[in-house]
Amino acid sequence: MALELYLDLFSQPCRSVYIFAKKNNISFDFKKLSLLDGQQYGEDFGKISLIRKVPALRDGDFCLAESIAIMLYLAEKFKTPDFWYPADLQQRARVNEYLSWQHTAIRMHGSKIFWLRLMIPKVMGVEIPEDKMNAALDDLNSSLKLVEEKFLQDRPFIAGDQISLADLVAIVEIVQPVGAGVDVFEGRPKLSAWRDRVQEAIGKELFDETQAECVAGQSPGSYWKGALR
Amino acid sequence: MALELYLDLFSQPCRSVYIFAKKNNISFDFKKLSLLDGQQYGEDFGKISLIRKVPALRDGDFCLAESIAIMLYLAEKFKTPDFWYPADLQQRARVNEYLSWQHTAIRMHGSKIFWLRLMIPKVMGVEIPEDKMNAALDDLNSSLKLVEEKFLQDRPFIAGDQISLADLVAIVEIMQPVGAGVDVFEGRPKLSAWRDRVQEAIGKELFDEAHQYILGAQESVKSMDSSKMQVFKPKILRLFM
Repeated sequence: MALELYLDLFSQPCRSVYIFAKKNNISFDFKKLSLLDGQQYGEDFGKISLIRKVPALRDGDFCLAESIAIMLYLAEKFKTPDFWYPADLQQRARVNEYLSWQHTAIRMHGSKIFWLRLMIPKVMGVEIPEDKMNAALDDLNSSLKLVEEKFLQDRPFIAGDQISLADLVAIVEIVQPVGAGVDVFEGRPKLSAWRDRVQEAIGKELFDETQAECVAGQSPGSYWKGALR
Repeated sequence: MALELYLDLFSQPCRSVYIFAKKNNISFDFKKLSLLDGQQYGEDFGKISLIRKVPALRDGDFCLAESIAIMLYLAEKFKTPDFWYPADLQQRARVNEYLSWQHTAIRMHGSKIFWLRLMIPKVMGVEIPEDKMNAALDDLNSSLKLVEEKFLQDRPFIAGDQISLADLVAIVEIMQPVGAGVDVFEGRPKLSAWRDRVQEAIGKELFDEAHQYILGAQESVKSMDSSKMQVFKPKILRLFM
C-alpha cells in the first residue's frame, strides 16, 4: 500500500507537507480532504487521526498527525538532502527553534488574520470589531518583525545559507494573510527578498502546482493565486 | 564559560528543561529570571534572546530559545539515553507528534486556566466571566481527553514503554492548572497512573524540586505585588480574555 497523505491545501501545514514530499520526489497517494465540508469529522478519518486535523499520514499500519512530525518522518525515511534538517548541531537547533516558536506566533497570528478578514465576515457573515482586527494586526506585525530581526537577521535563510524546513513552514504561514488581502510583504524588503529566495529554492512550478490543486472555483481559493508570484 | 540556562520555574517549559538537564547530570549555570518582575524585558536578556521568553540557553557564543529546541540540542550534545528521543523512526515520530500538537492544545489550555483561575483575578483584580471560564475548562478537558485516548491509549508512556521528552513536556504543562487549584487528575485514573509513572521515572525529589513554586502559587499570589503586573495587564487580557 502506498504512503497516503491526507491534505486540504487550504491549510498551511498541508501545503508545507505537499511541497516537501513533491520536492523530494516522495510518492504518495494524495487523499484530498475538505475542511470546509467537515470531512475531518467523518468516521473514516477518525481511524487515521483522532486529533481530526490535517495533514495526516498513513504509512502501512502507521498513522501520524502534525506537519512537523510528518516532514521529519519523511526526511528520515527517505533520506532527504541534509539542508532540509541539517545534522549540524547549531543549524539544527536554529531550525528547531523556529519550528517550535512559530506555532503560537506566525501560525496563530496569520491564521487569525485570515479568519478575521475573510472567512468570518465573508463566509459566516459576522462583523469583526475594529479593535479586535487592530489587535490581531499588531500581533502579526510583531511576529513578522521577529522573523526579520531575529530569525533571518543577515542570513539568506533561517538556518544559514540554504533553505530548510523552517523556511518552508514559515512561507506557507506567511502567505495566508496575503490571501485575505493583507500584503505582509509590502514595505518589508528583507522579507520579500527572503520570499523570493524561498520560492526559487522550491521552484516556481511546484508553487504553481500547489495553487492549481487548491480547490478550483472556490472563491477563497483565489487567494493563493494572489499570494505568490 | 559554563552552559547557562535562563529559567523561571513558574514557567512550564522552564521546568521541563530544568528537569531534563538535572536528570541527565548536565552541568549548567542556573540564571534565575523573574517573569513577574519583567526581567525578560531587560537589556541584558535581550542579548540572549530577542524573543524575550524563557527558557533560553547560552553555550559560549551560541544562544537558543524554545524549550523543545533546547532539549533536543542538549540531548544531542550530551548524548543522553536513547529513550528521551528514540532513534527508532516510528517512536521518534510519536514524540514529535506530541511535541508539535501540545503547543496549541494542552500548553495553551493549561496556561489559560492558570491565568483565568489565579493570576488575573487574584493578582490583577480582574473578574473572569463564568462563560469564559467554562469555555476554557471545556478546552482543557478536550485536550486531556486526547492525551488519554490518543497519545497514551494503552501504552505506559506516549512513545511506548519508556519515558521520553513527550511525557516530560506533557507533565509540566498538566501541572500548571493544578497549581491554580484545578485538579485535572481527579476522576482520571489513566492520567493519574501515567503521572505516577512519569514522576517515578524522573525521580520524586527532582520532580518536587521543580514544581515547588507552581504548587505554592495559590499561597504566593497573596503576597504578590500587583502593581508590577499592571504593565502586563493589557497584553495578558488580550491573550486570555
